[in-house]
Amino acid sequence: MKEGTVAHDRPTGLMARMALALERPRVLGTLMLAPAVLYVVAFVAVPFFIAIALSVSDATVGNPQIDTFVGLDNFISVISQDAFGIALRNSLLITTLTVLILLVLATTAVELLAREFRGKRLVQVLFMIPWAMPVALSAITWLWLLDSQYSPIDWVLVQLGLLGPDGPFGPSRNMFYLGREWLAIGSVVFVDVWRTLPLATIIVLAGRLSIPRERIEQAQLDGAGFFRVLFRIIIPALAPVLTVAILFTALLVIGEMSTIALLTRGGPGHATQILPYWAYLKGINSGDLAQGAAIALFLFPVLLAAAIVALRFAYRAGRD
Amino acid sequence: MRGYPRKLIFYAAIVLLVLFTTLPVLYAVITIFKQESELYRFGANPFIYETAPTLDHLVYLFTSTPFPTFAMNSLVIGLCVVAITVILAVPAAYSLARLTGHWGEHSGMAIFLVYLIPPTLLFIPLFRIVVTLGLANSIWSLVLVLPTITIPFCTWLLLGFFRSIPRQLDEAALLDGCTRFQAFWKVVLPQALPGIGACIVFAFSLSLSNYIYAVTFISESASRNISAGVPTELIRGDVYFWPSLMAATTAVAIPLGIAYGLLFDYLVRGFQSAGAKEG
Repeated sequence: MKEGTVAHDRPTGLMARMALALERPRVLGTLMLAPAVLYVVAFVAVPFFIAIALSVSDATVGNPQIDTFVGLDNFISVISQDAFGIALRNSLLITTLTVLILLVLATTAVELLAREFRGKRLVQVLFMIPWAMPVALSAITWLWLLDSQYSPIDWVLVQLGLLGPDGPFGPSRNMFYLGREWLAIGSVVFVDVWRTLPLATIIVLAGRLSIPRERIEQAQLDGAGFFRVLFRIIIPALAPVLTVAILFTALLVIGEMSTIALLTRGGPGHATQILPYWAYLKGINSGDLAQGAAIALFLFPVLLAAAIVALRFAYRAGRD
Repeated sequence: MRGYPRKLIFYAAIVLLVLFTTLPVLYAVITIFKQESELYRFGANPFIYETAPTLDHLVYLFTSTPFPTFAMNSLVIGLCVVAITVILAVPAAYSLARLTGHWGEHSGMAIFLVYLIPPTLLFIPLFRIVVTLGLANSIWSLVLVLPTITIPFCTWLLLGFFRSIPRQLDEAALLDGCTRFQAFWKVVLPQALPGIGACIVFAFSLSLSNYIYAVTFISESASRNISAGVPTELIRGDVYFWPSLMAATTAVAIPLGIAYGLLFDYLVRGFQSAGAKEG
């Protein structure tokens, strides 16, 4: 090992000089950081610029060369297709609804899990299962639960008299959750909430446990009830953490195509289409790399704007 | 918590919460052991066994489908991704926490920015890169690309852990004649082991969970992993092998769920210390 030399001696050999250099935080710091940074630059930054180049070219899977510059043709052609408006709307709608529901559920779950109680370990394990499942597999589980003929939810609704010939939800014995536009979007939101709740809760819980216990106890001594403490002390103190949780889960939801790909395949028609899955269908399935890249890029400005707003807010709230 | 009724409400809420997260999985478990004749009978109670439960579907999954191959591929990919992630993210996080001075302090934000470029934006150019490197249809394409998701996340998580370890520890080691690298390796690293444990679980499950890269880069059945293989191979056109599909999902979900549940406190701690100095 080259660390053997004593740092105070004047360096003589190359090894000794290197060992001395390694004692300087800047040098060692750069050496330890560089591999990770280079890796991410090579496989995130470089492809990002290729994506931009692709989107202004006419590349296809058959002829993948980026040699013809076509300007904004791909973007114009994408916008003019009917599916675009629906996909953009659905991407934003599904993400917004999911995050709003998550906020309420995660704040509630946190109030429960911040306490000590018997059997907490078991509850933690059971609570984490949706997040532990690979997304594609949880989508398949839900596909079975929402099956058009054998859905157990339908069975329960029939037993309760809500579905079936005499029920208020129609003469059919099935809801066809994934076959009707709004019900399908609602189902997708539900599945997204289900699979991201554990992560959102962990983030919010981390913030909740950082609130000094004395502040809560003082308020309780002053006679504040549960809801007063929740809305006057806990939620304001959580604001920066909630922002991080919103951003994290929003990025996860807006970028995930497997729930849609497996649950509805974007259908019926394009009714539940989202931008990432449409980009996949165009770019990989139909082989139009250029249009696929253009569709995928539409998300970037939206994400960037949302992130800047959110991070500024978190930064300011964190300083108060 | 004073009084009986409040405790009751509290436990009722906990039960509701747990039912919300576990009912779908419980139903999946029930499905695994159902006989087909009962499964596809209209109006049959889906929650109980009217005919005797069967192990056929579980056996079928492991003997007559490529599921074991998918599982093996996922395992190899996961272990390689974990190794690359830990080797690159641990030194990077230490460097940002201790060595790079004040621009290391805002690195949390910078790492976050990497997340703004999600896989959905990168899969098409990365597909080209993978083809150019001759890795299309090979599990090594995923080993190469998936660390781009896990490295930023794990660096961020570890950053918090390293920051929560008192600086005096490094300084004492330096005074005792350790080199800076030894101070990191022998003194600080052992303190951060829980954080590294959390990283391992996170990196493994993120690598397992990615769908878009897996379906884009690999179209050969033998190289598929669980995420891409189960939906494509166990569903033939419109024929879904439900009990076997459910067996596949629970076989993955339960061990990972237990790992996550046991690391719950570490994950919270990771986010806690990561968030503490954010911004």
